Amino acid sequence: MQNPIEVVAETNLQEVTYSYQGRVWRRFWKSPLTIAGIAGLAFLVLFSFVGPLFYRVNPLAINLAHMMQPPNAQFPLGTDDLGRNYLARVMVGGQSSLIVGFASAVVSMAFGTLYGMVSGMAGRWVDTILMRFVDIILSIPGLFILLFLDAVFKPSVFIMVIILAATSWLTVARLVRAEVLSLKTRTYIEAAQALGASNWRIMLKYLFPNFLGTVLVAGTFSVALSILTVATLSFLGLGLPPPAPNWGAELSSAMNYMFQNSWWLTYPPGLAILLAELSINFIGDGLRQAFDSRL
Amino acid sequence: MGRYILRRVLEAIPALLGVTIISFLLLHLIPMNPVRALLGNHYTPARAAILAHNLGLDKPLYMQYLIWLWKAIHGNFQYSYVYNEPVIQLIMNALPHTLELVAIAVMVAHLAAIGLGTAQAYKANTVFDQVVTVLMYLFYAMPVFWLGILLIKLFAFHLGWFPAGGITNPNNPNPNFWSYLYHLVLPSLTLVITSLAQWGRYMRSSVRETLVQDYIRTARSKGATEFRVLFVHALRNSVLPLITLFGLSLPALLGGALVVEEIFNYPGMGLLFWQAAGQTDYPVLLAIIVFLGAVTILGNLLADLLYAIVDPRISYN
Repeated sequence: MQNPIEVVAETNLQEVTYSYQGRVWRRFWKSPLTIAGIAGLAFLVLFSFVGPLFYRVNPLAINLAHMMQPPNAQFPLGTDDLGRNYLARVMVGGQSSLIVGFASAVVSMAFGTLYGMVSGMAGRWVDTILMRFVDIILSIPGLFILLFLDAVFKPSVFIMVIILAATSWLTVARLVRAEVLSLKTRTYIEAAQALGASNWRIMLKYLFPNFLGTVLVAGTFSVALSILTVATLSFLGLGLPPPAPNWGAELSSAMNYMFQNSWWLTYPPGLAILLAELSINFIGDGLRQAFDSRL
Repeated sequence: MGRYILRRVLEAIPALLGVTIISFLLLHLIPMNPVRALLGNHYTPARAAILAHNLGLDKPLYMQYLIWLWKAIHGNFQYSYVYNEPVIQLIMNALPHTLELVAIAVMVAHLAAIGLGTAQAYKANTVFDQVVTVLMYLFYAMPVFWLGILLIKLFAFHLGWFPAGGITNPNNPNPNFWSYLYHLVLPSLTLVITSLAQWGRYMRSSVRETLVQDYIRTARSKGATEFRVLFVHALRNSVLPLITLFGLSLPALLGGALVVEEIFNYPGMGLLFWQAAGQTDYPVLLAIIVFLGAVTILGNLLADLLYAIVDPRISYN
């Protein structure tokens, strides 16, 4: 879907001009931090999803004869307090952490975008009410609402995704609404309205492509935040239910043995979370620069 | 100005009411009957009916809300299911600790962010700038709980410089001010490091923008020392937006305080909330949500008012 003027420009000045998407992509791949971020994330995805296919050890198998062993030939990352293979646990633990992070970001992006678009397009009192609602929920520290919902619902992975999305769509809604407010006064929107385009058509065909960049950038940072939040909840002992491993819960049980100097329990899950956060933030920064977003 | 302050204060009232409504609706999400919880082993249908009537649970929802709100305004947040104490009592014991922790962390983090960010902007694109930028990225990405564990491991376990948790030495019947402060070092350091990055990054770009302004060149050409240019002329303008940024980051700070309190066993609102969540002590959970919502709204209100007072360039009419 290329703008005809840009096509003409491209044929005339092929060396210099690219389409909008082309420019964005070129800027995105130019930054070394972006490449590092993508490499880091790719490593984590391979480690947690492909790794267990090759390292076939049951992360749930309890073996009290081998408990609390430091890393050795049989157990590359040692064993935990129940003698479970820690490497296998950190590998498989990444799966739920990453899945929940990405899935909840997607859900919250979708809902937040819709909410923000409707609020911005409707304007007047509808907008006031919808945005006041967002302001009020945003003024309650999110982690507390999450812990509360967590205590009430005792979540599975699916419910966890919903709960996380329920507290993270608010900022997206605000961003999208601000974009819509500034975009909807442009002449091309007026032209579309004059041609009789419905509000839905205007939102999806004319507004959405224009703030897609903002949503993508916000969405990337939201993935990082969700992974961190789900790890925090699991660390606090509430997130995803045991015995299935996840990074936050591994750290939480490692904390019980902190003073026995069980360093091998403390570093791997923490490093994994840190790497995930760093990589995704780098990618987010790369996208922000590529889209030239003010976010 | 007076008008602006009045309007801003009046705007905070519906927000506060909104927080109470949301909290009240959260309470009704709970698939559990408070009458059953209160009666425990003494449960009979007849007693339950009487108690439900006494508690006003047989009234329509909006009446229940109004009654709950009326009581809440008078400081009555019901009784904790677990501690058999008024919720307000528990909160009043915990709130000061959280406020101390957050206040100290915010002050130290702001000073550090202002210093580092300004130095970075002044030495932009040097090795120093790049090293600090990398550090800031690391701090920003660092999970609060992992950082807490690492700090305890290093400073409490290996070096033994600071206590690993608690609020004072439990063996000392008469702890003094320094003992409290000493126990606050590691928890607040954790919070400082994790909140520093955002403010530091902001300061760097803000000072960089200011340093290319005309009035900075004027100050330099008048012969002002670099120190004066940086700290008197540039910093004044660049520091202002931090006030607003502080208000906006309050919810994240309080969330961070929750985790920090849990790790360091520090008896503030976060630890109280966490324990109540484990024991499904709903009245405590809800009262804390209402309180922290109020703290956030008031914090934002204060930040806005302060901004209006310290920045004379903007007229609010």
